Order: sequence, then structure tokens, then C-alpha cells
Amino acid sequence: MSKRIDVKDLNVYYGDFLAVEDVSINIEAKSVTAFIGPSGCGKSTFLRTLNRMHEVIPGARVEGEVLLDGDNLYGNGVDPVTVRSQIGMVFQRPNPFPTMSIRDNVLAGVKLNNKKISKGEADVLVERSLKGANLWNEVKDRLDKPGSGLSGGQQQRLCIARAIAVEPQVILMDEPCSALDPISTLAIEDLINELKDQYTVVIVTHNMQQAARVSDKTAFFNIAGTGKPGKLIEFGDTHTIFSNPVEKATEDYVSGRFG
Amino acid sequence: MTATSLTSTQGAGRTGDKIFSGAALAAGCLILAVLFGVALFLVVQAIPALTAPAAEIQGGAGFFAYIWPIVIGTLIAAVIALVIATPIAIGVALFISHFAPRGLAAGLGYVVDLLAAIPSVVYGAWGATFLAREISPAYNWLADNMGWLPIFQGPASATGKTILTAGIVLSVMVLPIITSLSREIFLQTPKLHEEAALALGATRWEMIKMSVLPFARPGIISAVMLGLGRALGETMAVALVLSSGALTASLIQSGNQTIAAEIALNFPEASGLKVSTLIAAGLVLFVITLAVNMIARWIITRHKEFSGAN
Repeated sequence: MSKRIDVKDLNVYYGDFLAVEDVSINIEAKSVTAFIGPSGCGKSTFLRTLNRMHEVIPGARVEGEVLLDGDNLYGNGVDPVTVRSQIGMVFQRPNPFPTMSIRDNVLAGVKLNNKKISKGEADVLVERSLKGANLWNEVKDRLDKPGSGLSGGQQQRLCIARAIAVEPQVILMDEPCSALDPISTLAIEDLINELKDQYTVVIVTHNMQQAARVSDKTAFFNIAGTGKPGKLIEFGDTHTIFSNPVEKATEDYVSGRFG
Repeated sequence: MTATSLTSTQGAGRTGDKIFSGAALAAGCLILAVLFGVALFLVVQAIPALTAPAAEIQGGAGFFAYIWPIVIGTLIAAVIALVIATPIAIGVALFISHFAPRGLAAGLGYVVDLLAAIPSVVYGAWGATFLAREISPAYNWLADNMGWLPIFQGPASATGKTILTAGIVLSVMVLPIITSLSREIFLQTPKLHEEAALALGATRWEMIKMSVLPFARPGIISAVMLGLGRALGETMAVALVLSSGALTASLIQSGNQTIAAEIALNFPEASGLKVSTLIAAGLVLFVITLAVNMIARWIITRHKEFSGAN
């Protein structure tokens, strides 16, 4: 239930502006890959191109290939809607649907495309997804209450439950803990460790300790200056990146001598 | 002397605060005072009609017998207007906010707003001279084919000056109100929620159903209620378009009347008790509008828990 992603020579543009230049990267199935780098270096932009969410931004486009187990996401006739149902996403700020109950939030993705689901199946799925997101025990008595009544960390786990309910191949996380307190962050990090048994996880983070704690591989992105495109500087085992990086820029960044 | 500096209330900002809160309070009170003044005027002027012997009121059967047919007529016209205008307005607003290319959206929004700038007497003239004539064949068809429905009972009006025509003209008039407000609300939908839906694999329409419409629901209700207010109170267009008469169930025969048009048509020649009767009719319209708005508020607050405001 998880697939690998291979990116070949990907350029991302906003209109005429080249935002991310020439990224090639191989993301293993059932692993956690972290993207680190200074603000504005294009790591979130790049993450969005992995499930075509960048197309929401007017003028954004890509050149190159993103292969999900060999199938090009940008091939002819590929529907972004299908891509996104295979590659889920968790955002920086928790965004449960405010008008829906906790239960309906979990089922939101499953009910798309006119799919019908019986109440019994739905109950099983809600419980399994919420347990998968380590949230079941906290919300099982109030499934019909609005999702917006939960704490920030609980809301973020609800969003993860919503993402895994559709059984995607890959889960992308765009700074999922940056709006959360340390205890909620720990809960999410534990969860990421469990998720990689079943899913391919890609996480963007500003927190280098977090990258070191949760990821198997780390990619360091950097930008030469304002108006220049972001680039992938170095990609390797997390341990190597943090203890013995090849590039000077990487070493400066992970040791805090940079920006 | 730290204690005195803590308790002292002098400061440059304080005066500004006082002026501002005073001005805001005054503005709030002014609204209430005006509303109360209007209500008081209506009640005082209406009392003679409400207390007069039944035989002296127009129609000779008392104020209630006089007012209820035109209350129903008013509601029929307004409901027709909203039934036609609401789906179109929401569709146009969604098209402008989420589907149209940006250049087209701006132009279209401008054109819709222009509809609101046309004086109601122009709408009335258009409805009476053009729309009524052009639409009467459709009424004949309705009478022939759907005449078994009481609302389409024949024979259809030859001039086309019916309550349905008036409702259609009203729907064009309330369309820009509902469209503009809905469009603004749709544009305010948090990007966060739209992206949440898209990232789950929602199509654009599913995204709108999941995030935009639930977010906009209270706003749409408010917009429709504003439109309803306009439709209930619209005078000139109805007075010109509708060939009024007694209350009839059929929408395609001449007949029916609205409160506002009734007042406008009769007021210039009225005197004495007749004036009082018309003002009492105005009071009834005022109460209906108030009730409609309160019901709308109630609908909006009923779902507060799920509104996303918490």
C-alpha cells in the first residue's frame, strides 16, 4: 500500500519566475524523507508538485517528471484529482472542515466521487483511521461534535486520520508541527514513526531536530539569494546529512552557522 | 507614588477612546431611535383604520379582509422572485469566484453590479411594455399543458401583466444583490479549507460542496434575506407591471396585488380613513419584513456550533 517516488529534472515556475531548479530525487517506499532548508528555498513548493497541489496557485507550472512507481504524474491524460487521492497531504495549519463533525471529517475523502459506503463500513473505517492517527481514545465519545472544537494538536491528528482514511500511497506533510506545542509535536512525531510501516511519508520541516528524529533520509534545499531559484543541495541518509555532509553549505546549515 | 501613577487615568489616547466610543454609541442609538420612530408613526397613524367599524374600510368587510389578500400577493411575488433569482445568483457568484478566468470574472462582476444601478421604474417599464408582451405565449402554453395545476390555471392573461411577470421582473432586480454578496463570501472562503478538500482528491465542484458552500451558508442566507427585503418592498416595478385585482391562485391570470404597489397606487388620491388604512398596510409590511429577518437570524445561529467561528 505504498509506492516510491522518483523525480527527474524537475523545474518549478511561477509564471516566468523559476522557483525551483533541476531537482532529481528518489524517495523510497515505506520510509520517511525530510526536506530541510531556509525559508523561501522552495521546499514547500517542491513538496506541492509531488501531488500537483501547486496547480492551485495561479501561474504555477512544472517541467520534468514525477514518477509514482514509474507512472508519470504529469503524463498526458493524468487527472490531478486521481493523483491527489493517491498522494495525500497534511498542511502547516490544521484544517479540519469546520462545518463537519469529527466523524464526517474522517469520512470526507472517502465519500468523494459519489462513492457509497454503508454505515457499518463507515464506523469501522472511522475507528481504524482515528486509531491510526492516535486520536481514537480522545474523541471516541464525541464523534458527532465539530472537529474545530479540538485542540490544535488533535485537529492536526484529525487531518492525518482524514488523509489516511482514503488509503493513499504517499502522505506529504508540509511543516505539520509548526503551529503546535511541544507535546502535540511529540505525538505527531510518534505517529510519523508508525505511519512509515504502511506509507511513504515526505515531510517538510524547519525544525532540524525533528528531521533528525523522524526521517530516514534528508534532503537539504538552499537558495543562492533573493530572486534566485531554490536548488536541491544534498540528499542522503539523515545520519550522514547531520553528522558528515558532503557539501559545505549543508554542514553550515545543520550546525547552525547559516542564516 | 507608583500607586498613583497606576490609578491615574490621564493620557493622550484616552480622549480619543472616549470620543470614539461616544460616537459609536450615538450611531447605534440613532439607528434604534429611527426604527422606533418609524414604528411609532406607523402604529399611531394606523390606529384609526384598525379600530374603525368594518363597513367603513375599503371593501366594507374590515381591515383584516382588506389586508390579507395583498399580504398573500406580496409573499407570492417575493417568493417567485427568490425562487428564480437565488439559484441563478449563486451560480453566477460561484462562476465569478471559482470558475471564470480572472479577466472575465472582473468584467462579469461589474456587469452584475450594474444591474443594481438601474432605477426600478425602468425595470417596471421594461416589464410592462416588453417582457409582459413577449412572455404571454409562454403563459398560454402553460395554461394549455399544465392548467391542471391551480397556479397555472387558464385562461392566461392576454396582456401578460400577471403576478408571475412581476415576480420575474423582481427576480432580475434582486439578482445583483444576492450575487454580489454571495460572491464576496465565496471569495473569503479560507484557502486552507479549499486546499484540504482538493488534497483529498476532490474535484472542483466537490471542493465547492465541501468547503465553499458550508462556509458561505450564513452569508447566502443573509444575502437572500436582503434580496427578499427588496422584493417585499419593491413598489414601482410591481405597480407598473401588474394588472392588479382580487387574490387568485393562478399566477398567469391578471389579479393579485402587493402591499407596496397598493399603497403607491392609492395614496395620491386617498384621504381620511383611507390614508390610515394604507399606513396600516405599511405597518403590516414592516412587521412581515421584521419577522423574515428574525427568522433568518434564527436559522443562522441555529448552526453556530458548526460555523467554524469557534
